[in-house]
Amino acid sequence: STTGESWSLTLTIIYSKTDFSNPKSGWEAKVVEFFKDRLKEKDAHTWVPSLNDVPLHYLKPNSLVKFRCLIQDMFDPEFFMGAYETVDPSTNAKVLRCGRYKDVTECGVDFNSRNTVTAERQTFYCVPIPGENPWVKEISSSSRVVPSTSYAPTRQKRSYEEDDMDDMDTQPQKQREPHSGWELVYIYFLQTHGNGDCKRQETEAPSSQTASASHLDLNFPLPGEKGPSCLVKVYEDWDSFKLNDTLEVFGILSVSPALSALADEKDASSSILDPTESMETAEEQRVHSPPASLVPRLHMLYARPLPHNNPLLPSATLEDNSAFLSSTLSEMASVRAELLTYLTHVLLGDALAAEYLILHLISNVYARRDVLPLGKFAMNLSGCPAAALYTQRFYQIIQQLVPSSFYLGMSLQNMNQMRLVPKKDYVANRLVSGALQLARNTFLFLDETHLEQGQLDTTGVRNVTALGNLISWQKVDYDFNYHQMEFPCNINVLIASEGRSLLPSDCQIHLQSQVSPPNMEEYLSNIQLHPQTSSQLNKFRIYLSVARQLDYSISDEMTKSVEDDFVDMRKDDPQSVSAEDLHRMLVVARLLSLSLGQTSLTRDSWLRAKHIDMLRRSRMEQHQCVNGNEP
Amino acid sequence: MSSPTSTPGRKRGRDGNPATREFCSTIPKMFLPNEVDMSSPLMYGTPSSRVEGTPRSSVRGTPARQRPDLGSVRKAPQVDLHSEPPSADGAVASEPNAGQRLVIWGTDVNVGTCKEKFQRFLQRFIDPTATEDENAGLDLNEPLYMQKLEEISVVGDPVLNVNCLQVQSFDAELYRQLICYPQEVIPTFDMAVNELFFERFPDSILEYQIQVRPYNALKTRNMRSLNPEDIDQLITISGMVIRTSQLIPEMQEAFFQCQVCAYSTRVEVDRGRIAEPAVCRHCNNTHSLALVHNRSAFSDKQMIKIQESPEDMPAGQTPHTTIVYAHNDLVDKVQPGDRINITGIYRAVPMRVSPIQSNVKSVYKTHIDAIHFRKTDEKRLHGLDEDAEQKLFTEDRVQTLKELAAKPDVYERLSSALAPSIYEHEDIKKGILLQLFGGTRKDFSQTGRGNFRAEVNILLCGDPGTSKSQLLQYVFNLVPRGQYTSGKGSSAVGLTAYVMKDPETRQLVLQTGALVLSDNGICCIDEFDKMSDSTRSVLHEVMEQQTLSIAKAGIICQLNARTAVLAAANPVESQWNPKKTTIENIQLPHTLLSRFDLIFLMLDPQDEAYDRRLAHHLVSLYYQSEEQIEEEFLDMAVLRDYIAYARTYINPRLSEEASQALIEAYVDMRKIGSGRGMVSAYPRQLESLIRLAEAHAKVRFSEKVETIDVEEAKRLHREALKQSATDPRTGFVDISILTTGMSATARKRKEEVAQALKKLIQAKGKTPAMKYQQLLDDLRGQSETAITKELFDEALRSLADEDYLTVTGKTVRLLA
Repeated sequence: STTGESWSLTLTIIYSKTDFSNPKSGWEAKVVEFFKDRLKEKDAHTWVPSLNDVPLHYLKPNSLVKFRCLIQDMFDPEFFMGAYETVDPSTNAKVLRCGRYKDVTECGVDFNSRNTVTAERQTFYCVPIPGENPWVKEISSSSRVVPSTSYAPTRQKRSYEEDDMDDMDTQPQKQREPHSGWELVYIYFLQTHGNGDCKRQETEAPSSQTASASHLDLNFPLPGEKGPSCLVKVYEDWDSFKLNDTLEVFGILSVSPALSALADEKDASSSILDPTESMETAEEQRVHSPPASLVPRLHMLYARPLPHNNPLLPSATLEDNSAFLSSTLSEMASVRAELLTYLTHVLLGDALAAEYLILHLISNVYARRDVLPLGKFAMNLSGCPAAALYTQRFYQIIQQLVPSSFYLGMSLQNMNQMRLVPKKDYVANRLVSGALQLARNTFLFLDETHLEQGQLDTTGVRNVTALGNLISWQKVDYDFNYHQMEFPCNINVLIASEGRSLLPSDCQIHLQSQVSPPNMEEYLSNIQLHPQTSSQLNKFRIYLSVARQLDYSISDEMTKSVEDDFVDMRKDDPQSVSAEDLHRMLVVARLLSLSLGQTSLTRDSWLRAKHIDMLRRSRMEQHQCVNGNEP
Repeated sequence: MSSPTSTPGRKRGRDGNPATREFCSTIPKMFLPNEVDMSSPLMYGTPSSRVEGTPRSSVRGTPARQRPDLGSVRKAPQVDLHSEPPSADGAVASEPNAGQRLVIWGTDVNVGTCKEKFQRFLQRFIDPTATEDENAGLDLNEPLYMQKLEEISVVGDPVLNVNCLQVQSFDAELYRQLICYPQEVIPTFDMAVNELFFERFPDSILEYQIQVRPYNALKTRNMRSLNPEDIDQLITISGMVIRTSQLIPEMQEAFFQCQVCAYSTRVEVDRGRIAEPAVCRHCNNTHSLALVHNRSAFSDKQMIKIQESPEDMPAGQTPHTTIVYAHNDLVDKVQPGDRINITGIYRAVPMRVSPIQSNVKSVYKTHIDAIHFRKTDEKRLHGLDEDAEQKLFTEDRVQTLKELAAKPDVYERLSSALAPSIYEHEDIKKGILLQLFGGTRKDFSQTGRGNFRAEVNILLCGDPGTSKSQLLQYVFNLVPRGQYTSGKGSSAVGLTAYVMKDPETRQLVLQTGALVLSDNGICCIDEFDKMSDSTRSVLHEVMEQQTLSIAKAGIICQLNARTAVLAAANPVESQWNPKKTTIENIQLPHTLLSRFDLIFLMLDPQDEAYDRRLAHHLVSLYYQSEEQIEEEFLDMAVLRDYIAYARTYINPRLSEEASQALIEAYVDMRKIGSGRGMVSAYPRQLESLIRLAEAHAKVRFSEKVETIDVEEAKRLHREALKQSATDPRTGFVDISILTTGMSATARKRKEEVAQALKKLIQAKGKTPAMKYQQLLDDLRGQSETAITKELFDEALRSLADEDYLTVTGKTVRLLA
């Protein structure tokens, strides 16, 4: 029943003797457990088609798909028929069916049946990871394993009768040869299923509906984003998910046209007497039940939290993949040297700024102590040449290195008009996204060289305050109209400016160009690594992602030595170093160690950290004197 | 279940919420004792059989009002508990069978027993825990609800609010039934109460029959914990109203008239549907009946959306919303923005089955039919909020808190739990701790003084980068009603209130700013020194009178802003100048400064031992295991509860010794200065001392302010003064630095210079105008001490005040 091209996993429909109406049978947990086990098998998850890469109309409805996404909004929990009975009008025969992992029931539901089980599920509105760079998309879509052609039409049919729940129960670990492939997936769909409803193959390419797509605001955090958004239905443990979490969701795709049809029909025949009609406004309806062809539903079986979205890293956590880790660690120092050279060129020959840039790129909020985020390292790169779109080119180069990033030109117009902070829209009952709703470790580039003199209006002031809060506290206060709600974040902010930035930062470094190329454009395009040299780029990409994920510790001995150092420095000149400076030096030392692949602080790294911080500060003082503005 | 029209005999007579008026008016008959056994199936009479009855009670004369809040009438028959539920008809139930217990179909509720129990509750319940203020005017030793019934007979408002908690304490089984089967039990309650009422007050005339409105059901408190098991149960949840719809007229009873013979008939609406009669009963014509809208009966309905209160939410998630339907007189009782506790029945309605579609969406729509609203913020105006307390603290928690309070070092413990990431500054943390607890609110409005400020205001000044902002952020995160603003970005409008046009209704709406929003909380203002003068001026009123007056766009009002202010200010020069006074360093008007109870300096101590401890603290901050961090989070939750508990329950009063100690302390403070001819304390300082002592007593969970509290208040106050009001020229503490902006020595010096200047001018003879710079140089020439430009300006100003001269630009002119 599979078409040649369709490499999507076909559902195996198993008629089960399980009593779905008995909540104690625990069959739900077994299904999820089974899936997790299957997907853990070697490469299994790469066979599952991804909503990120494959256009929706090529995916089979009711098949298993995956989706790499960010939870943009959480809707209210909904009650649904977990189990229900249908009555065949002709024979009056009753059949118990399961409503899990489905949006639409079979026909002939008996609403008065005593066997109906009401269950609860939660809906998340998920969007592709905002600001995900093209190279990430490209690599992840090409890394997917295309099934061998030998497979497709000869799927063994045996499983229908044999692989029912009993099989599951008794031998969940049963060894299967990996390439009887498509049996990886078993869905317990729980119908007698004579009517062949599921046999419908591809949904037609939604030619008419794409036109209407433009009317529907898919609520992407960043302007100009593309990609499907998805309503993910969560059946288990939804409290463990948080807004802005990045996930890889494995679930069953549901694009039943009935979902959209229901929405349309409402408009046509609304009746005043039905209490359900007046509950939702038209806007709310549009947002919460958009046409499934545009916003498909995904019934989650299992979700993998993504600590990063770099496709070059193995999907397992670093600890679990010691081979990969040790090979990368051994190369860290040499890759760092290459990267430093590369970035030095990019930063017009300024090696110190390049070193700080590396530290910035691997920084990460690793913990919070009461309100204080630890490990953040927002950087202000001052002295950027305003000419020749230097900052834009610079951003493009960084973009090739980090998995997700966003360029925010801080022009007056942008500041006064852009929506940075997400805001709750109570009419449509959704969280209208803003540019600061970003996934963890997104690289946010604030280009202050674009800021001209002028007046900031209310929105502008709010936006600047929001950016300030983001940098200082790594949090964004979402606007819920009647109150604000604080959402912690973990975003690397780099501010490029000519003079000192008006925003706060953890460290300011003034760019001292060693070269003054007559043609900046030409200079930069000459040094920029091109996608063709991808092996070099990939090395850098892996390096940056791995360095960020390493653990770090300070020995008691080093603690003592740092203390001594601090006391000594203060003895000489108490004004020279404050508690704040020590905070920063500790972060610099941490990042410096990690950038070299060292997981604990050494004397050398501490001295080096002190040294570069000293260099940086002396440069700042120099520059201030030149400025002559200070008294 | 078959349709109601086909089996009228199954209508439950006990129903207090019938949808038709004829039906209601026949109810009384079954109230009659001795006529029929309550549980007997005889009570399910046909409408005709029910008409007769002893015309005795006035219940009959009083119309019952429909209760759409209980949902459309469910036609559930009573059944014998021991027999199988009836398949389609109520035949089983109608069979009189002695010894069998009759219950309402699908429940275990026996109408008669239930009614009796409730009547017993009404007649006997005396609230052992009742307090005077909650039940003003009621005799606490008499049955509570009988008094309320009496009140109804006088006032004529036929609504009886029943606290479920009291039902539970009286009869747990009855409470369980009420929670599980509200739709059946509440009408039974209605019946019971009306029967009782008209028996006792037979001559009362009410607009309609009394309706029972239970509240405070402990079933659920949090919207997040609602689950399918709560469907059709009585629940109480708290939340904030975010949207209200317009009034929706909902048809309760449809009126049909035959187009042929004008015969009319009424059909009750059942679950949103009307069974249109196909045949006229009078003339037997088919499809001749037409709906007459303006003779049909409608009830008011409103859709309200409520959202979880921000306090109830787990971090990192978005708030849930729930739809609530308000009916009849509950319509328009609440406005968007109100925080309410709502008691009602949780409903789940399957999506409508459409005839066109064979399969349906398997999702239910859920809502709550509201029975009772209670605004939580409204009560805040009257002080105590009993519901909120019960919600906040479980018994275990209270026990933990009390144990903590009993520890002798609780004060130190709490202050060190405050912002552990900030190193040392013990006294500042203690000050902020006392601010979090606050003093006791006193009302002197009768003596003309108005409210006496109970909140402690604190100003932190100091070098940039001494974690002032971090401390403010911490406090803002700790308290439930905290606001954080920065002096730089905020305007007077953002702090107070502004008028906005609602985009939907075009109505003018008063939007409140940070100060009003932090009523009963703490308003943290960072970069206080960067605030514009006009913005600062609004703080004068807030910080002493604790109110905010607004006169904008025709709206004139005074809002409560009983907020404590925690402000942080940086010195005008980038570094704190130890040679200058506080006022000179931060350049804030002294009128404002004197309104702060405590002013602390956060300076870099510059001492080796301190440096070492600080370094150790910071390094360990950057390398600490997850568990330790976890631990701290627990601490923050305990601290938060501790403060909330103390703020709501503990209201310390001054003991005799404490007042004596306060008097002595004040006299001492006055004495210090008087030796040098200075005033070193003003009544404001005494008030501050009282507040701090009260707050310290609260920390100890003590209802009495004792000497130790005063001692600590004195110590803290002195510490703060030592830091902020020490005259850099003399080294003495001089309160006038804060109250007049200038130390007494400085004032004396200014006076001297002015006199010297006057002499100099007089010596010059009759020169009506002089050059400013010339004069300054001359004065410098003849003076032994250095004369700064500021000092000179001040001298000029004081001479100008004497009307001796005027200064215009760079010229000084003599007057007269």
